Amino acid sequence: MELLGKTRIDFIGKRNISFVISAIISIIGIIGVIQVGRGAANMGIDFSGGTAMQLKFSKPISIADARVALHKNGIAKADLQEIKDGNKLLVKMAGAAVGKPSEMVQAAFKKEFADNVFTVESSTEIGPSIGDKLRKDTLIASFLSMLGIIMYIAWRFDFKFGVGATIATTHDCLAMFAVFYLMNKEINLMFITAVLTIAGYSLTDTVVVFDRIRENLHKNLKGAMHTIFNDSINEVLSRTIVTSLTVFLAAASLFLFGGEVIHDFALALLIGVIVGTYSSVFVASPIVVILENRALANKPKTA
Amino acid sequence: MPKETGWRISLIAVFVVLSFLYLTPTLASKLPTWWGNLLPKDKIHLGLDLQGGTHLVMEVDTQKAIEGSLDLVATDLEDTLNSKSLHFKRISRDGFDKVSVVLYEKGTADVVQKLIKDKYPTYEQSPTFDEGGFVALTLRVSEKDAQDRKDKAVQQALETIRNRIDQFGVSEPTIQREGINHIVVQLPGIKDPQRAIDLIGRTARLDFKMVREDISPTSGTIPEDAELLKEKMVDAATGAVTEIPIVVQKKSMITGDLLTDAQVRIDSQFNQPYVGIEFNSLGAKLFDQVTAANVGKRFAIVLDNNIHSAPVIRERISGGSAQISGNFTEKTAADLAIVLRAGALPAPVKIIQNVTVGPSLGQDSINKGLYAGLIGVLLVVCFMAIYYKLSGMIANLGMILNIVYLMGALAALGATLTLPGIAAIVLLVGMSVDSNVIIFERIREELKLGKSPKSALDAGYDKAFLTIMDSHITTLITAAVLFQFGTGPVKGFAVSLSLGVIINLFTSLIGTKVTFDLFLHKGKVKKMSI
Repeated sequence: MELLGKTRIDFIGKRNISFVISAIISIIGIIGVIQVGRGAANMGIDFSGGTAMQLKFSKPISIADARVALHKNGIAKADLQEIKDGNKLLVKMAGAAVGKPSEMVQAAFKKEFADNVFTVESSTEIGPSIGDKLRKDTLIASFLSMLGIIMYIAWRFDFKFGVGATIATTHDCLAMFAVFYLMNKEINLMFITAVLTIAGYSLTDTVVVFDRIRENLHKNLKGAMHTIFNDSINEVLSRTIVTSLTVFLAAASLFLFGGEVIHDFALALLIGVIVGTYSSVFVASPIVVILENRALANKPKTA
Repeated sequence: MPKETGWRISLIAVFVVLSFLYLTPTLASKLPTWWGNLLPKDKIHLGLDLQGGTHLVMEVDTQKAIEGSLDLVATDLEDTLNSKSLHFKRISRDGFDKVSVVLYEKGTADVVQKLIKDKYPTYEQSPTFDEGGFVALTLRVSEKDAQDRKDKAVQQALETIRNRIDQFGVSEPTIQREGINHIVVQLPGIKDPQRAIDLIGRTARLDFKMVREDISPTSGTIPEDAELLKEKMVDAATGAVTEIPIVVQKKSMITGDLLTDAQVRIDSQFNQPYVGIEFNSLGAKLFDQVTAANVGKRFAIVLDNNIHSAPVIRERISGGSAQISGNFTEKTAADLAIVLRAGALPAPVKIIQNVTVGPSLGQDSINKGLYAGLIGVLLVVCFMAIYYKLSGMIANLGMILNIVYLMGALAALGATLTLPGIAAIVLLVGMSVDSNVIIFERIREELKLGKSPKSALDAGYDKAFLTIMDSHITTLITAAVLFQFGTGPVKGFAVSLSLGVIINLFTSLIGTKVTFDLFLHKGKVKKMSI
């Protein structure tokens, strides 16, 4: 079976459209990253420090009631979130000290909902010093893995391909930030893990496309860059899609059936897989074409 | 069969057998008796997020340990000067790293200087200076000494915490030092995390101090040698807490480090639990002296700067045993006995991270993770079978092989499986067929060019090799970095991912190739099912 027969899509010709789209995504992503850096985004307590609890009630509970109950007992600042399946409630309090807040929340609910018994399914309390350390570690980790990937690319490809691959990888990471920022999803350690994983994985598609382009460049030295690139992308299009599809299927089953703990993590992976496929065709390759054409245009002048 | 195929098959088979060998303890509910000692017995470790439990990071306030030892030096120096009839105005800890001594005259100062030099050679002594007409000097802890003490305090805190946890009874706890002054404690499967946290985090410094009845707690002016502490009274019926302020002598008569034992006993008269304590010989002697000298007076039993109770000394107590009674339940009495037996922490600890996962959520995560994995595998298997027919099934075989190897490797290395680790395995299901997709697409191309199945196969594997290496290496780079910097769940993800990527390289380049070779070798295959 074949998903696509022989295709003849002018990918490179559509670069103006794709560049505009990617630029917008990247700018939103950069804004997201800046907001994360300032701590203004929806930060997970692993970075901001604070308390998060997951409570399971015996009867349904409304967020409004829960908020009133907390207010009455002196807890003014708490993020509440309902988990549809099984009367569960997430309570998040940023920046609070370890120990007290979780006890206060439990006492408040015990008092206000005496007939609705609950159990604490999980609680996470992170002191500010740990949050600082995690933030620092995460920055170093992100920097090192990007550096490692870029160095590998530099070693493996020549300069122009390296630039294309690096920009595409950065674009993928920014896109994940953009979507999470726009959806106001929590930026936590697991999200960063997903971003770094995608940074490594999204190169697969780019490498597949680049390898074919290089192969065709060696075979055919006369054709126009534009055509060689388009032909190459079309030739490997079905494997680009199929490889992404298999990972997408796996990530989708995590997203749909993996439970609330890794729900957002799986979502980040899904976004990353889709964007990674898009960028290898619409971002990485057109950039190399532009660089190659510029190099060609410069050559006769210098000669 | 070509020779090369032969050893490749053997290698694959050996790995499969090894994987199952290591997985048996995890899969079998009970190991057969002949399993013996040589064969692996460890199950795959489950992270706290899967089996439930508590992960604590504690910070030891090492500065307090230094201050504590400076206080001791000050008291000790006071005693020495008193016993030698050397008069002084004041000896006290000054700030966080020195003890200051204020004397009346230069003559005593010279004697004291020499005495300090002999007694505390490691301290840096300042030359004498004038302080409001008196002669003063200071002792400072040297930087190196302070570091040593801090280091020892953390080490000692670790030992004490380990002792307490052992006595509390938690199966397979992990207690580790991390960085300069952090201690990480993992308590898997613990039922009552709050009780354990209270037990571990308590400093448990026990002091016996005389009550100063001559000073009213409300007077507002408390002399330098006394302090105001509070006794908490809990009304058993209403649960209301009242605090009674009591002024006590600052200096302890006896401290908790002179204890040899502490046990819960039940008062036969009121059926109330209390904690019976035993002193060592020095403690027994002191206790005897103190009680003999103070019959009819009150003394306070002070625990972590809270007065536990302040009974009247009715008679001289010799023999070295005493009891601490008060508002105890059996649990609180048992916990107090444990902390007294295990000893006080050398410095207070602060819990700076506490992640607790209930057992039900852990089980729920395992179930959902496995379910999602199963669905993921099914989706990928169906897709590959439909899209690449028989060849797709070979890729699926490789994927299953991958999972078996990965689980086996996790068990063999004693790695910890976390929920993100399961997610990584599910993700690898998708990634592992990727390599085969790249190879198959290449083979299809070669076939279209009119090559025979055998040469198309070889060309496919050869030409796809570099591409596959690239994608694996970049993923491995991030996985390695995540492993280095990640903690807990993230580390679990990195472990599964990096192992999976390495194994996948083997199965996709050797595992599936061998299967193809076998098929193509046996019959003269004219057409490939791809």
